[in-house]
Amino acid sequence: MSALFWIPAVVLVASALWTITASKPVYSVVALLVNFFALAVLFLSLSAEFLAMIQLIVYSGAILVLFLFVIALLSSGVAPISLGPNRLPRLTAPAVVVVLIVFGLVTAGVLSSHATPLPPSHSLASAGPAGTANVFGSVSDFGKALFTVYLLPFEITALVLMVAVIGVIMLAGDEAPYVATRARAEEVRKEMREAIAREGD
Amino acid sequence: MTLPLWFIVLIKSAVLLFVVVTSFAYAMLAERKVMGWMQLRPGPNRVGPWGLLQPAADAVKLMLKEDLAPRTADPLLYRLAPFISLLTAFSVYAIIPFGSSSSGIWAIGNVNAGVLLLLAITSIGIYGVSLGGWASGSKYPLLGSVRSTAQMISYELAMGLSLVGVLIVAGTTSLAGIVEAQKNLWFFIPQFVAFLVYVITAVAETNRAPFDLVEAETELVAGFHTEYSGLRFGLFFIAEYVNMLTVSCIASLLFLGGWIGPFGWTWLPGIVWFLLKVGFFMFFYIWLRTTLPRFRYDRLMAFGWKVLLPVATLNLLVTAAVVALRG
Repeated sequence: MSALFWIPAVVLVASALWTITASKPVYSVVALLVNFFALAVLFLSLSAEFLAMIQLIVYSGAILVLFLFVIALLSSGVAPISLGPNRLPRLTAPAVVVVLIVFGLVTAGVLSSHATPLPPSHSLASAGPAGTANVFGSVSDFGKALFTVYLLPFEITALVLMVAVIGVIMLAGDEAPYVATRARAEEVRKEMREAIAREGD
Repeated sequence: MTLPLWFIVLIKSAVLLFVVVTSFAYAMLAERKVMGWMQLRPGPNRVGPWGLLQPAADAVKLMLKEDLAPRTADPLLYRLAPFISLLTAFSVYAIIPFGSSSSGIWAIGNVNAGVLLLLAITSIGIYGVSLGGWASGSKYPLLGSVRSTAQMISYELAMGLSLVGVLIVAGTTSLAGIVEAQKNLWFFIPQFVAFLVYVITAVAETNRAPFDLVEAETELVAGFHTEYSGLRFGLFFIAEYVNMLTVSCIASLLFLGGWIGPFGWTWLPGIVWFLLKVGFFMFFYIWLRTTLPRFRYDRLMAFGWKVLLPVATLNLLVTAAVVALRG
């Protein structure tokens, strides 16, 4: 437990609080970005470099950018949506209880867990400084574990994501949004051709 | 005498920062000069001999200009956005290796997951453009930033996939390791498709012509930085050129053998070969800008998703299959 843990940990919690309390949605996005960064630093300090990089690439680089894209487009020039009376105070007590229970269970689970021993090469005994090849958490090690020990969960996750992709294509339709525009463009083009033909006579 | 590690890193960073900022200044001057020659005009030639002091004059001008903010702008994010752009642009240089000698790799940090970290940092760079456009509280910057976000997300995918091909051939994600793996054969020959895809997507990622729809003057005034003035505009400007330098460096490292000379030549030091390659890519950028007209937006998107992405994916599949079969 050093500064390398405490600084990102404090930033992590503070930015998480900022995310849910920010008045403007874009501020929430920025807070969440800070949050992801702090989380990546924590992953790095656990010498899980691959996880840290993927955290940044996938969550900050792709998913959160899409959030920002949608929020920026929809909320520009609009005053913060007022949700009526603030419901946060009434929800605080139950929320705290639920959070405590969940975290308590997770902590208890982690502390008492001997059910899934890690393969020999993953034991923390072989952990070296982050950035060294072939140690716990390195890219090659992560890949090996993913495609040998955890192959089935990995493939199932891929299948689930595939279903989501297909679902999006079904929902978005083939070229539905453009059909009307295209028809109108064709109309205009036809009118122009006719006008040119008339002028030519 | 051994200096503490943080001190060495600090010195290295300071030197590198100075080098990068200077190369930015002269990359900008070179662009104006080369564009001038290509368009049969002299280019900047008033400040200093051959206009060599032009960057200094520009810097003074930008620093002395008033820093304006529209009344509709978001006060915090409007000021923050240029710094995000600049910070991400510079921080990439912490892991880019410039050469190697018997004492080790010439880099601030030689990271094992180098390529992944590069992708991570450059993907954060989008936020500067995106937030800057939104926070301006004005129509054209918003449209510019929305365009840029869509464009960068679309081209980032193809770019990432093209890089994975190289990673498979090299068998490592460390930038220095990839260069070492090119001792006998530069990767732009076995990974020619990936090279093409990377060069195209790199132009799109840095928002340069012919993919500069983000700041299409005729449609969007100046795109996401329309409202910015003075030094804040300058920061965006520096970030753009530093990003150009970055993608040139990555292209040289991943496809052109980095500091390894052609045909095993060693009559120039490695770093000179590296700089020559980076210079070639920078020239290529300027050449493109003076040659090609701007893409139409829907064609840009269609090209990214329907051509580059499938091509990069195919290349990845074929590369993986070949590497697996050859054992």
